[in-house]
Amino acid sequence: MSRLMSLLIAIALVAPSLRVRADEWLEFRGVGGASRVKEGSLPVELSAADVRWSVDLPGRGLSGVLVVGDRAFVTTSEGPTQDRLHLVCLSASTGKILWDRQVWATGRTMCHPKTSVAAPTPCSDGKRVYAIYSSNDLVCFDLDGNLQWLRGITYDYPNVSNSLGMSSSLLVTENTVIVPVENDSESYSLGIDAATGENRWRLDRPKGANWTSPVILEPGLVALQSKAGIDAIRAADGSTAWSYTEGADTVSSSALSDGVLYVPSNGITALTLDPADPSKQPTQAWRENTLSPATASCVVAGDALYTINGAGVLTAGDRETGKRRWQLRLQGPYSGTPVTDGKHLWAVNEAGLVQVVELGAKEGKVVATLDLGDEILCSPAAADGALYVRSNTKLHKIGR
Amino acid sequence: MVSFQRFLFGSGAVVSLLLVGGGVVVASPVTDSLPAIRAVDHEGKGNAAAAKAWGVIAAADPAALPDILAAMDGANPLAANWLRAAVDAVVAKAGGSAKLPIDSLVRFLGETKHDPRARRLAFDLVKGADPARADTLLDGMVEDPSVELRRDAVAKVIARAEALKAGEKKEEALAAYQKAFSASRNVEQIQALATAIRDLGGTVDLTRHFGFLRSWQIVGPFDNTEGKGFATVYSPEEKLDLSAALDGKEGKVSWQPVETGDEYGIVNVNLTYPPPAPPADAKPAEGPKEGLKGVIAYAVTEFVSAEDRPAEIRLGCKNAWKIWLNGSPVFEREEYHRGMEIDQYRMPVTLRQGPNTILIKICQDEQRRPWTTEWEFQLRVCDEVGTAIHPPASPASDAK
Repeated sequence: MSRLMSLLIAIALVAPSLRVRADEWLEFRGVGGASRVKEGSLPVELSAADVRWSVDLPGRGLSGVLVVGDRAFVTTSEGPTQDRLHLVCLSASTGKILWDRQVWATGRTMCHPKTSVAAPTPCSDGKRVYAIYSSNDLVCFDLDGNLQWLRGITYDYPNVSNSLGMSSSLLVTENTVIVPVENDSESYSLGIDAATGENRWRLDRPKGANWTSPVILEPGLVALQSKAGIDAIRAADGSTAWSYTEGADTVSSSALSDGVLYVPSNGITALTLDPADPSKQPTQAWRENTLSPATASCVVAGDALYTINGAGVLTAGDRETGKRRWQLRLQGPYSGTPVTDGKHLWAVNEAGLVQVVELGAKEGKVVATLDLGDEILCSPAAADGALYVRSNTKLHKIGR
Repeated sequence: MVSFQRFLFGSGAVVSLLLVGGGVVVASPVTDSLPAIRAVDHEGKGNAAAAKAWGVIAAADPAALPDILAAMDGANPLAANWLRAAVDAVVAKAGGSAKLPIDSLVRFLGETKHDPRARRLAFDLVKGADPARADTLLDGMVEDPSVELRRDAVAKVIARAEALKAGEKKEEALAAYQKAFSASRNVEQIQALATAIRDLGGTVDLTRHFGFLRSWQIVGPFDNTEGKGFATVYSPEEKLDLSAALDGKEGKVSWQPVETGDEYGIVNVNLTYPPPAPPADAKPAEGPKEGLKGVIAYAVTEFVSAEDRPAEIRLGCKNAWKIWLNGSPVFEREEYHRGMEIDQYRMPVTLRQGPNTILIKICQDEQRRPWTTEWEFQLRVCDEVGTAIHPPASPASDAK
């Protein structure tokens, strides 16, 4: 096992991403949910001058940003009952709003005051953008703002809701949009035809509030996380390829990197996928309960993985064994998941303080900070040499 | 309703006319496309045809905006959203609000037969082009069927009241606040107004304004160990006999009257069924010291309606619940302790003239956390705008 892990990691360190270019960020936490960027692609030294633009948004939210080509996409909600749902497209270069489309919520908009109706991060396949909101309204626009289709998942299934708010993000793979709407009552995940918006399948899922997001294991195969564990689901028909049944967190999500799925289960549990066929039952590489992510999910790069606990302590773990290497207390708390290139990590706390951590083998060190002076609850996006973070009022671009 | 009629004109020409929302519109590529939009339905039905139609509508001249808005009359929420997004595209294509048909939109706005959200959207378009004109229009909208338009109109009255208060004109200020209170249907606005009126020595009856039901008959506790009672049919679901002794969780139980004194109508079931006092030598118990766990209660009340009419039952509850009206199930939700707020659940119903029986099942789970103690609900009966429906003999005044 250890030899296989070493081989997978060695391959990963030299292989470029096959799915997207470095100038794109198409889903929550980027490819595989690993929050990883190309080494050296983000600025380490930060100052106020690195804030390229800050743009007022038409509404609030904490969903993450997508970057598709030279366009950035973000969702917001506004109105007395937060029932006006926006998908906003901006120029990634200038921050100019290129188009803004609205629909009305057809499901409930009640949520905890810290979250928002615009909590789930949208996703894109490079041709279209798919966005969902806590009201379970699901829309699909092309990159120019032409409506392709829409759905009201609560309109279809009236007990799909969560009084604290829904936040699971979307994925799209092999022309299927993965739509997790898992909750205490009528709990489903759906596979929806990316072209028409019609159901390919609808799975009964464990009843229980679930704010985690799925991960693409390989094209056409996704990992759905719940309190029961992980289910690997075929996007084409919703059939189950394999299940891990030892429980998992319902807040922080799993991350895939180089054939290993890092699951927030009993700390972190590393599941090694079959390199020849990820649809086969994975093997457990290790389990480490001292790695304990809170709201932010774990991130993976180089030969380490990183978690941030509820006290704001960043912990580095060895990817091969899970053993803890070092800890560093950051200024928290954190709602968003940081990004890393393996040499540095960019973490944005709820107060809007960007902390750049130099990741050494034996210790971590904060080498730069930038105070945005704005409450940041989203997970940053990273593309084309810049970080994108949003607040309840603004979208900021930091970097090139 | 949307339908096409063909008419033979004097010249012998056949012209297609589109009937939208009771009005007649000369057919055009836009109006020809509206039926496809209005045909969308659950689970993506009609999306493909709607996408083609949307392209035509979104490319329309701004002069078509009133027709597009009128097509929302009677449309289902999904169709309304297709049209909503098309309006954004039409406005953007027009290159600014100055090119919009403002007079036509003002006329549309003035016709209260139209869909409230369509009228609100028309108002926003007018406001974008001519804020002063929009502001003037609000003066006639304090009783508007659009909750949002009414809210903004009431806000103007509140502003006048505040100015009067600042000018030491207490009586005039109080009268203005009272006018605003009577008109408002927005929860936050109502609560703020109640405070303002009381600060000036006035009185308000919040219970009556909202229409919360205060008088109930309650029976319990029944067993809800492991949450199984939610699906268990106890005797009140089969037959309502308020004089009968029923088999409860720990012996015979009987109905008893409860009159809540809470001005927001909260019925605290824990007050009716407090846990038994611990023995004098008992050690401090873990978890909450008040409230039974793993139990169910039923509450029933009679609501007299002056006529057969549509209405809404609106519920706030953080426990799992089921509701029946006149013996027929209305809705149910199996969610515990995710939060409670006024109008958390809105359920359209039809009241019959005379007495109507409202039965609610309130389930308490077995969680032992500080936020899992509550076992309560608040329920009101109102119209779709949120105006309380009162029994026929009740006086009308609710603010003094």
